[in-house]
This record gives sequence, structure tokens and C-alpha cells, in this order.
Amino acid sequence: MAEPGRALPVPTPETKHFWEGTAAGELRLQRCDSCGKNYFPPKPFCATCGSRKVSVFKASGKAVLWSYVIHHRPVPGFKPPYAIAVVQLAEGPRMMSNIVECEQTPEALQLDMDLEVVFEKQNDTITLPVFRPAKG
Amino acid sequence: MRRNAVAVVGAAETTDLGVIPNLSQIGLHADAALNAMADCGLRPKDIDGIATAGQTPVELAQYLGITPTWIDGTAVGGCSFMIHVRHAAAAIEAGLAKTILITHGESGKSRIGNPMRRVDPQSLNGQFEQPFGPMGPPSMFTIPVMRYMKTYGVTEEQIAQVSVIQREWAAKNPRATFKTPITTDDVLNSRMIAWPFRLLMCCLVTDGGGALILTSAERAKDFKTRPVYILGTGESAETPMVSQMEDFTSSRAFRVAGPTAFQQAGISPTVKDVDHLMIYDAFAHLPIYGLEDLGFLPRGEAAAFIAGRNTAPGGILPLNTNGGGLSYMHSGMYGMYALQESVRQMRGTAAAQVPNAKISVCHGVGGMFAASGTIIFSNEAP
Ligand SMILES: [Zn+2]
Repeated sequence: MAEPGRALPVPTPETKHFWEGTAAGELRLQRCDSCGKNYFPPKPFCATCGSRKVSVFKASGKAVLWSYVIHHRPVPGFKPPYAIAVVQLAEGPRMMSNIVECEQTPEALQLDMDLEVVFEKQNDTITLPVFRPAKG
Repeated sequence: MRRNAVAVVGAAETTDLGVIPNLSQIGLHADAALNAMADCGLRPKDIDGIATAGQTPVELAQYLGITPTWIDGTAVGGCSFMIHVRHAAAAIEAGLAKTILITHGESGKSRIGNPMRRVDPQSLNGQFEQPFGPMGPPSMFTIPVMRYMKTYGVTEEQIAQVSVIQREWAAKNPRATFKTPITTDDVLNSRMIAWPFRLLMCCLVTDGGGALILTSAERAKDFKTRPVYILGTGESAETPMVSQMEDFTSSRAFRVAGPTAFQQAGISPTVKDVDHLMIYDAFAHLPIYGLEDLGFLPRGEAAAFIAGRNTAPGGILPLNTNGGGLSYMHSGMYGMYALQESVRQMRGTAAAQVPNAKISVCHGVGGMFAASGTIIFSNEAP
């Protein structure tokens, strides 16, 4: 029997475009057509000005490491110790993620280090956005 | 006395704290409620308003035999009880109820009648946080702290000092779960949970409960207990997702709730105006954020203030004098125990009593910087 995997998202009508984007290799954010604010997580209106006139756009995938912990306890789908991070996207919003292709140590994980998105396919419908040190 | 002022006349914790295998969660609510009623000489038929979190107020009203004209089921985590006090004071002022009971009970350790909650995978937390491996508050509430440490140059040793000093207060409290003194090295060498957080920087997990009874200050004079008046209150909310906090070095919910309460009380967040302070400490960084966001200190200075023993026994600003969630007890929603300690300090009955304390500020957090409530008490009529 396979080991239990990590918790996976179940998309809703309001978030479907995001998960379709990651499956297609794109990090999709939203922008308010009324006030210009870029925002995440997905929703069909802008919480800054209340407008329903919003668009989906493809983000650059560039980010910096904003903050994190290195978790030492067992969680299904993870091998401790592993970092649970929040990244600051170049477009403004922040998102929780993991840092891959990098040692999971305080020495290797420096705040403000440059990161870039990579996509980890979990199954036929869900692909998660994670980040690795930028390759320049 | 200010017209329509409100006071706490009954206050009690559960008979036992810690591991309570003989009561389910609703039983802990009831034990605390009966103790609070006994404290001020009331019976269930004397109560006409009820507020609670964890259980519904409907469950509690029926279980205790109360026929309410006012109910409040605000459930926003550990500061729900501060917010209940705020709502109850407003309800009494408005004449919606005369005698309001607020209960908390939580079988956090034994988990009897307290099922484990799972994160809905369709919620925003379930979609955009849970897949990245957090497991509850120790790995979530702690995520902003690295940003705080880098911004202000705060060290792991300074954060460990919060735990060391709160243990000094706990040592003075016979009911505290942990009373043995600890050193900074003990904290830093305790088991790593979520770097930079070690076990001794994280709260306890215990069983317990507490209850408060509020009435008008006018009526409070008829009770045998010393009234504890409510001078000011505040509440707010920011985000259910810690990753979406506006500022990782400060809580917006704290910055709204705290000043609202101080403004209403007509006092300032200073050592001159405040004799005793409780700041909900689910983890060692919370008193640091709280001292700054309430306005006691400029941003970035609270860790050094605590490490400098200003909040320790004998210090100028006694903080978390029961030992806090780090050493006294923490059932999951700790706010009620912070309120109980503020009431004891105002009654002059605390185990680690602050001499001549006249004003106590009690500040709570809900979820992981998700919500907040602040109550300012006094033993002098407003
Ligand atoms: Zn807008």
C-alpha cells in the first residue's frame, strides 16, 4: 500500500483558473481592472476596491524568500526536516510554498534570496507551485 | 460612577487543570460555570445571557438550565472570550440582558467530546496552505517570526528569554502545570519543533475551563465578591491564513483591538497607566508582538525589553503573571485563563499578586494572528 501523501487542494469555481494554470506550467495571479491591484489567493473580485472587474494574468514566477520555519515533525507526504515557507512574488502578493533543490537548513535558506517557481505534479488534476533558488 | 458601567462579579476556573480524564469538554464548561456561579452566589435561573465558544451557546444554555434573552456564539479562536466580554458589556449597557455567563471548557489533552478538526481541502487554507506541510499552530503561527528577527536583529536567545521569565512567574503559582525554573540553554536545547521554535517556546496542551459572570456595576455592589470593572474593550480580525498577514512583523488585528480599548478606557499603554498586563502567549514571540502592537514599546524593542527583565517578577511591567500559556496551562483557546488572571489581580487574590495593582490589560489572539480582543479592567469604579 502506498504511503499517505500530502494534503491536496480541491479547487472551487473561484480558484479553478489557478489550478488549471499550475497544471499548464503557469503561475496565474489576478489583477483588478479598476484599481490595478495584483492579488492572491484567487477570488472573483478585488478586496481593495470592491470591483468585480478583474483579470487573470500569468506571473513571472520570480520571488524572494520572505519567511519560513523548518518543520521537524512527521507530516504525511513530507520527510522532516523540511521548510514551510512564504515567498514574496515579484508582482506583490505572498504565498505559502516549499523550497526545493536546496538544503533545508538555516544556512542554505536565507531570507530575501531570489527564487523561481517550479511545478510539481501531484496527480492528473493537481500540480503544486513550489520554488527553488533562482538560476539567474 | 459612569452610567451603565459593567463589572465582573463571578469568576472561576475548573476545579482541576491539566489532565482531566473524568470530564468531557461540555462537562469542563459546566464545572467552570458552576464554580463561577458559586463564587458570586448565583444559580442558573439567575442568568439571562450566555456566550461561549467551542460548544454552541444553545448547548450550554440547555445543559446548564438557562433561559437566555441574549446569546453570543462568537468563535474566533482563543480570544473569543475577550470578545464575549466586550459584547456582553455592550449588551448589559443596552439592557439586552442583566446577568451574563461566559464559559470556556476544552478537553485539549484528553480530547473527550472534542473531536480533531480537519482543514477543509476546498477552503482557502486547504487549497493554499495545507498542501505545503503545516501541521497546526506550531508550524504556522511561527512562520512570520524569521522576518521579524531579520528586520529587528532579534536573536533566538532573546525569544528563549520569554519562556524563561514566564516560568519564573509560573513558579509562584501552585496551579501552574510547569513550575521548575529553566534557563535559556534549557529552552534552546529542548526538542526542535519548527526551527527556530523549540518545545519550550511552545504552549502546553492541557484540559481545563473557566467562566465569568458580568452584570451592571450598579448591581455589582450587591454581590459578596469585589467587583472588577470593565474600562475599555476592543476587537478585530485580519486573516485566517497566516501567509496573508499584511505585515509579518506586526498584527493588524492587535493594532486595531488594542488602541480601541485604550481609547475607551481613557488611558495610555504605558507603565504609568498600566499595573498588570496579560498577553496571550501560545508561542514565545506573542508577548513581543503584543507589547509593540498595543503601543507599550516602539517596533523592534520588545524582545530586549523582556530580556532586560522589565516584565519579570519585580519588573516595572508585570506580564503573564500566571505563567501564561507557556507554563500555566493552555487548553487550545487560552484567552479565558488570561482573563481569569486579570480578574484575580484586580481582586487582589492572585498567587503572584502585583501589589496595589489598579489597572489590568488583557490582550488575546485568535487563530494564528487571525483575530484579537483586548479588555481593560480596573478595581476602581469608572
Ligand atoms: Zn480594485
